[in-house]
Amino acid sequence: MIRVEAPLIAKERRPGQFIILQVEHDYGERIPLTVADADIEEGSITLIFQTVGRTTHQLAELEVGDAITDLVGPLGQPTHIEKVGRVICVGGGIGVAPLHPIAQAMKAVGNEVHIIIGARNKDLIILEEEMGRIADELIVCTDDGSYGRKALVTAPLKELCEAEPRPALVVAIGPPIMMKFCAETTRPYAIPTVVSLNTIMIDGTGMCGGCRVTVGGETKFVCVDGPEFDGHLVDFDNMMKRLNAYKGEEDHHHEEYHCKLEQALGEKS
Amino acid sequence: MSHPTPEQLEQAAKETLAGLEARTEALKPKERMTIPAQEMPTQDPLARRGNMNEVALGYSTEQARIEAERCLQCKNAPCVDGCPVRIDIPGFIQAIADGDMQKSIDIIKRDSLLPAVCGRVCPQETQCQAHCTVGKALKDVNKAVSIGRLERYVADYEREHGHQEQPAVKPETGKRVAIIGSGPASITVAGDVRREGHHVTMFEAFHKTGGVMVYGIPEFRLPKKIVQQEIDMLQAMGVEIETNYVVGRTRKLMDLITEDGFDAVFVGTGAGLPKFMRIEGENLVGVFSANEYLTRSNLMRAYDRDRADTPIYPSRKVAVLGGGNVAMDAARTAVRLGADEVHLVYRRTEVEMPARVEEVEHAKEEGVIFHLLQNAKRIVGDEQGRVTGMECLKYELGEPDASGRRRPVEVKGSEFMIDLDTVIIAIGNDSNPLIKQTTPELETNKWGNIVVDEDGKSSIDRVYAGGDIVLGAATVILAMGEGRRAAAAINRMLTGG
Repeated sequence: MIRVEAPLIAKERRPGQFIILQVEHDYGERIPLTVADADIEEGSITLIFQTVGRTTHQLAELEVGDAITDLVGPLGQPTHIEKVGRVICVGGGIGVAPLHPIAQAMKAVGNEVHIIIGARNKDLIILEEEMGRIADELIVCTDDGSYGRKALVTAPLKELCEAEPRPALVVAIGPPIMMKFCAETTRPYAIPTVVSLNTIMIDGTGMCGGCRVTVGGETKFVCVDGPEFDGHLVDFDNMMKRLNAYKGEEDHHHEEYHCKLEQALGEKS
Repeated sequence: MSHPTPEQLEQAAKETLAGLEARTEALKPKERMTIPAQEMPTQDPLARRGNMNEVALGYSTEQARIEAERCLQCKNAPCVDGCPVRIDIPGFIQAIADGDMQKSIDIIKRDSLLPAVCGRVCPQETQCQAHCTVGKALKDVNKAVSIGRLERYVADYEREHGHQEQPAVKPETGKRVAIIGSGPASITVAGDVRREGHHVTMFEAFHKTGGVMVYGIPEFRLPKKIVQQEIDMLQAMGVEIETNYVVGRTRKLMDLITEDGFDAVFVGTGAGLPKFMRIEGENLVGVFSANEYLTRSNLMRAYDRDRADTPIYPSRKVAVLGGGNVAMDAARTAVRLGADEVHLVYRRTEVEMPARVEEVEHAKEEGVIFHLLQNAKRIVGDEQGRVTGMECLKYELGEPDASGRRRPVEVKGSEFMIDLDTVIIAIGNDSNPLIKQTTPELETNKWGNIVVDEDGKSSIDRVYAGGDIVLGAATVILAMGEGRRAAAAINRMLTGG
């Protein structure tokens, strides 16, 4: 988690939007990250990320006072926030970060907000305390049972779908496979389900089309039409395949980084 | 295909020029038409398949002077009518023939701010050179005087000889103008408005300036340092540049006027929304818009695999759909990135291709395989959702359509497959919707282009627009022409009000 000085973005950003940043100006890559929080007075935004590729590793190495060479945003359409009644917010892994401002806004307009957060294990649970402050009910699950309930997030989601009053809206953000199964869980109950997609993109302004997804048989751009879509209409299988387009390269970077790291540690000791 | 080396061309030119200089009386028009048209020296086709360096190397001084002697100096100057910004073409060519290169570039700069760029990327054969009397007399537009190459020669001459002068800036007026985008239209407006002493801030969404000249047009056709020099010039004049700033998102367009104190805004955001074919299989892994493919390679430097973090798809067999400059750029980029086979699929014939003739020639020399009168029907993939091939249909030309070009008609039952791993779609761009979406009061037409009057002014007071966001996808020179017109109107408005 890092806090970045970006007064204009802090002021303009709305829940659901994201930024794109680059750590190295000439040869770095542009990566989209969701804004987990913002402080207008301080002029800062909070970014939460998982180290998976070269850029996130570099980002993790930055120290207080360092600058990020390029950061642009806020991008994408803001979440539609409205008082609808009972809202279930489901966050998986790092997806809890973008869910946080949405849950906050949903609560602020008077919805009854139930939050389910899940991760593979205890160490990967984030923002539990912050979410707890917002939620009328907070359910924490882990895949391995090391913390909270041993379950996938879809289990409590299904129970809430069957409980009264019926949820008016479900917002699910997390790994694609989790969003897919959340959408499948709510489909029989016909509960509107919003998902937020994090696809491969370059510019984030509609120019490259690398982020395109199939929604209800139509091609949509995540960066300008999204990032949020009707989960019941998204073709998750196609999206997951597209996310793997450069898998070879990413894995290579990840391993390369850890090799270098081990080497460096070896030299130090 | 015979490929004369730059040295051979220079040697031939030296001999020709010596012959011309030995003459004591003036050349008659008929004699001028027998002077050999000067070929552009280029990098060897085989060598350039493996590098990103500029392909066309530019005329030698001798070649430029010979080519200038081919100009008949027509009194009615039909070439000028073909130029969107009406450069005094016979004037600048005469100066080259006289050996006064500085005078020549000064003449061009009265009307064009980006000669080094336009000399390289303008479609001269459909503009100035289409009207050239020499080309008409020789019944071949490709034998017209090479106006574009001469323009490039003098622009490069000025840059390389360090004579490039910074335009004078009038005393500060205290007025502030925001320019959205940093492509050719925006660069033009920034220069013209700044000269009048108004403060100019240029907002660019990307981390680098130059718009399509940087993300779209590859290094081998337009070296980035040429674009950078234009930007450096603007900064030296006092233009302020804000990169990573998406007007419409980071700040709303109207906020620039109502809250941030700008007196005028120019929107030059370009045609940045790639069109797709709407065929089956288009979202498979390995299908890219030309914008994405070129942006990865150009802006993000993915061609430099050892240094760049941005990956580019490891393609072996590539098909590019389209027949414009962007299609050629994408195909030739794929060649350079190491693809074994690059196919260009276009549904009309070569005559109808919107690409510059030189780019088509270069693509062929580099081994791009042309499939004319063919089009994609669907793209097929494997279980991982990766492209494995494309089903195509054959076409024939029917009656002329609204564009005056003969309409391609599909030949029933002519389906056939090409094995591929990559498909790049280069069939054009729609206007970028970001400003429109976030500025509801801005009037646009059904294609999403901003509607402007003859001054380039939009439906909102103090807001002007130009370039591809008004024209639809067009050319650098048209964008520049639009920019000049809007800049003049902005300057009038600011001094008048």
